[in-house]
Amino acid sequence: MEGDSGDGEACPQLELRLGPPGGGGGGGVGGREDLWALKNAACSSKNRHDNPPLVLSFGYFPTPNQYSPGYPSTISPSQHQRVPNSFKESQRSEMQLTDPKGETFSETTAPPTSSQKRTAPAPVVGWPPIRSFRKNISNTSTNQAKQPHPHTALESQNKRNLENEKPLTVKSSAKEKSLFVKINMDGVPIGRKVDLRTFDSYEKLSSAVDQLFRGLLAAQKDSSAGGIQSKEVEEKPITGLLDGREEYTLVYEDYEGDRMLVGDLPWQMFISTVKRLRVLKSSEVSDLTSKLPYKTVLIPCKTIL
Amino acid sequence: MSENDRHHPQQNHFCPAETMSEDEDPCRPSPPPPPPPPEPVSKKTRNCAAVHPSPHSDRVLEIVLEHVLQFLTVRRDRNAASLVCKSWYRTEALTRSDVFIGNCYSVSPARVTTRFPRVRSVVIKGRPRFADFNLMPQNWGAHFGPWVATMGKAYPLLERVYLKRMSLTDRDLCLLADSFTKFKDLVLVCCEGFGTSGLAAVASKCRQLRVLDLSDTEVLYDGVDWISCFPEGETCLESLIFDCVECPINFEALESLVVRSPALKKLRLNREVSIGQLYRLVVRAPSLTHLGTGAFGHPEPQDPNDQEMDYGSAFSACKSLVCLSGFREVMPEYLPAIHSICTNLMSLNLSYANIGVEQFKLLIQHCCRLQVLWVLDSVCDEGLQAVAATCRDLRELRVFPLNAQEDVEGPVSEVGLQAISEGCPKLESILYFCQRMTNAAVVAMSNNCPDLVVFRLCIMGRHQPDHITGAPMDEGFGAIVMNCKKLTRLAISGLLTDRAFAYIGRYGKLVRTLSVAFAGDSDTGLKYVLEGCPKLQKLEIRDSPFGDAALLSGLHHYYNMRFLWMSTCQLSQRGCEEVARALPRLAVELLSYEENEEMDNETVDVLYMYRSLQGPRDDAPQFVRIL
Repeated sequence: MEGDSGDGEACPQLELRLGPPGGGGGGGVGGREDLWALKNAACSSKNRHDNPPLVLSFGYFPTPNQYSPGYPSTISPSQHQRVPNSFKESQRSEMQLTDPKGETFSETTAPPTSSQKRTAPAPVVGWPPIRSFRKNISNTSTNQAKQPHPHTALESQNKRNLENEKPLTVKSSAKEKSLFVKINMDGVPIGRKVDLRTFDSYEKLSSAVDQLFRGLLAAQKDSSAGGIQSKEVEEKPITGLLDGREEYTLVYEDYEGDRMLVGDLPWQMFISTVKRLRVLKSSEVSDLTSKLPYKTVLIPCKTIL
Repeated sequence: MSENDRHHPQQNHFCPAETMSEDEDPCRPSPPPPPPPPEPVSKKTRNCAAVHPSPHSDRVLEIVLEHVLQFLTVRRDRNAASLVCKSWYRTEALTRSDVFIGNCYSVSPARVTTRFPRVRSVVIKGRPRFADFNLMPQNWGAHFGPWVATMGKAYPLLERVYLKRMSLTDRDLCLLADSFTKFKDLVLVCCEGFGTSGLAAVASKCRQLRVLDLSDTEVLYDGVDWISCFPEGETCLESLIFDCVECPINFEALESLVVRSPALKKLRLNREVSIGQLYRLVVRAPSLTHLGTGAFGHPEPQDPNDQEMDYGSAFSACKSLVCLSGFREVMPEYLPAIHSICTNLMSLNLSYANIGVEQFKLLIQHCCRLQVLWVLDSVCDEGLQAVAATCRDLRELRVFPLNAQEDVEGPVSEVGLQAISEGCPKLESILYFCQRMTNAAVVAMSNNCPDLVVFRLCIMGRHQPDHITGAPMDEGFGAIVMNCKKLTRLAISGLLTDRAFAYIGRYGKLVRTLSVAFAGDSDTGLKYVLEGCPKLQKLEIRDSPFGDAALLSGLHHYYNMRFLWMSTCQLSQRGCEEVARALPRLAVELLSYEENEEMDNETVDVLYMYRSLQGPRDDAPQFVRIL
């Protein structure tokens, strides 16, 4: 069954031409306008046993003035609302004609002289097919906070659902990415990460920091060696991170490495510049200028937007 | 890994080496395994006095056969041996120590443990690959729980578990650690569902642990410091891989662990480990063969001072290093430190490292022995040209996109592909993401690289034609199947008509895995493939206009396949029901993307079907309907 009918299926009429759009032809629904449909209609019969070899040639076609394939799939948009909308390629005003076969493309290829303007298609779930680990690779040379994956104790399954795209709920291209920054606390050997996009105010950040480190800090005080043990020691809440009066103070580092007190900037501005957070003993904060290797710039700017 | 190791293209150096090729499946339902009543040997010997000398020698023959069959390691050979006769079936079953389950739902755990009583190593695969890209709703299944529960009782001496795309819980891992006292190798690829507590259980209880490999596996951080849970004293650890684990790490504990693991050869760190910390580890473990460098940047304040000389000499001391990866937060100024070891490298994975052309060229010019290279497209066509100029021995190349969006001016194109094809004639496996491509370059590769076994081209813009001629990409892919006679795996993209499928059906006689997205015109396309590719095992299709007629044209073949996946195609429930009726041993699952929706009779979101001996599974969630 395989050999013969397989050959017979290969349609000798498959001829690739570029022509003006239009013409119906079978099989095309919803915006398909091209000659692939015509050709397929002709080939629908399976009884061709004359067997011309499938000629492999990359044909060079005379330049038509336009080429717009439209959305060639036969999925009609109305039927499957879960499919992203069709996109149209705008017409190319000219096409590059290159020399016929024999020339390699590497040197002679020039990009189409008219840069192709296309309306960006709506993003589709799972396309391009990259695993989530590979998305949002950090760019250390620009001002981008790291965006790794959400696995902290606080936000477990919920965050995963938030982070992972739900299959085929088409999102707008302005999807909020998470914004993870490292946060270390004096006296606790293991750092944590927080997603700043889950907060909208300094208060929420502060209470999250408290929750993150309360147990770890207690464990540190409890055990003599380093390492995280069970939380037998009473956990004291960590308060006053923002006002400098209590034991600990929250500071942050921007992409230049400067350390600054948290709380001075409007929240949105803050999250656009913060690269890293630290919880320092308040006694050390006043020494920032003298001891730390970083350039320290305390900017008490109450910016008004 | 020594340089003499044969490089198998399927062997992914940055994922755990698969000792078996993917598509040999022992549990095919087509030869129904006869459950033979155990012949009472004693009865035979009692009779033997009467007439024949043979009953006793029969038993001897069985024993001899047992010893002989021990030498059969290849799954396919074992499957063949088991079909010879009942005696061989029995003996083969007794001597099989490695079991491979290509689809966890194709057979029940009990059935496996009943047939194969003396298993030491198990490989189980769960979800289909498209689940990695969020095309499968969450909580679909593939639970390890039932397997570990059954095997815990049946295989107390189990040593090795390899899972791919399975869901595990902490409890499962605890049960594993408790049940198998001689447990040695745990390899979890693309798994999820558990946290650091589960790891802690394994670390603390599996005293003979050699391999803990968590490649591409998600681990929830629940506060437990699992690295500290390894027992005191020397460990047997040979391989510790946690480069994708997004959990903070207690570095002191890790350092101590490395120091007391003299057999450690493979160490892949996650991005929490700074370059200074890496330095401290490397100087303590200079005999590593595989290293994942962690961040390779972001020195901590308490790290030793930045002296390039130090880093350089630390790495130069690693004379056995052949496989390098990591660079998760790379700062390019540190890269020169590894130049000295580049000449020894066989595998280099820079696919998380956003480095530019010049930095890359400086690095790659030393890598003359490289056989496996993974990079980001930030290296540009120019970088790939440099690869082509230096890495004449390259077998596997993967080029990932830094910016995985459509409709962006991409940094790599047909130029890079062409260059690689000209410079690397021994290429066996390629995965190439790009924004634009030409048929000419693909054809050139088909001519220049006849050894290609895996060809996966992802033109990220959907329905993108040859950007120079405007033609569909049919001819390019056609040339690949026609000229690359060893091709077993193919992924197609770009603007494709039924003609491309005609080529695949006509020439792709060895193709086992085919990935299709946004391609084809009509049912004819899929029919070409189903009728033309006798070796097809795994077919995954999304967003292509194939309907019931095409589905039904493959009835003759579905029992030979591991699975068929079709999402957002043009299937109807009726068509799927017809398949289910015609093939009772096929599990036909219809998945719905919308939760809590009545599946209307017309549209099928996802069809996932696979052969199965065990009948419909009982752990299917609500959005799954099994016909």
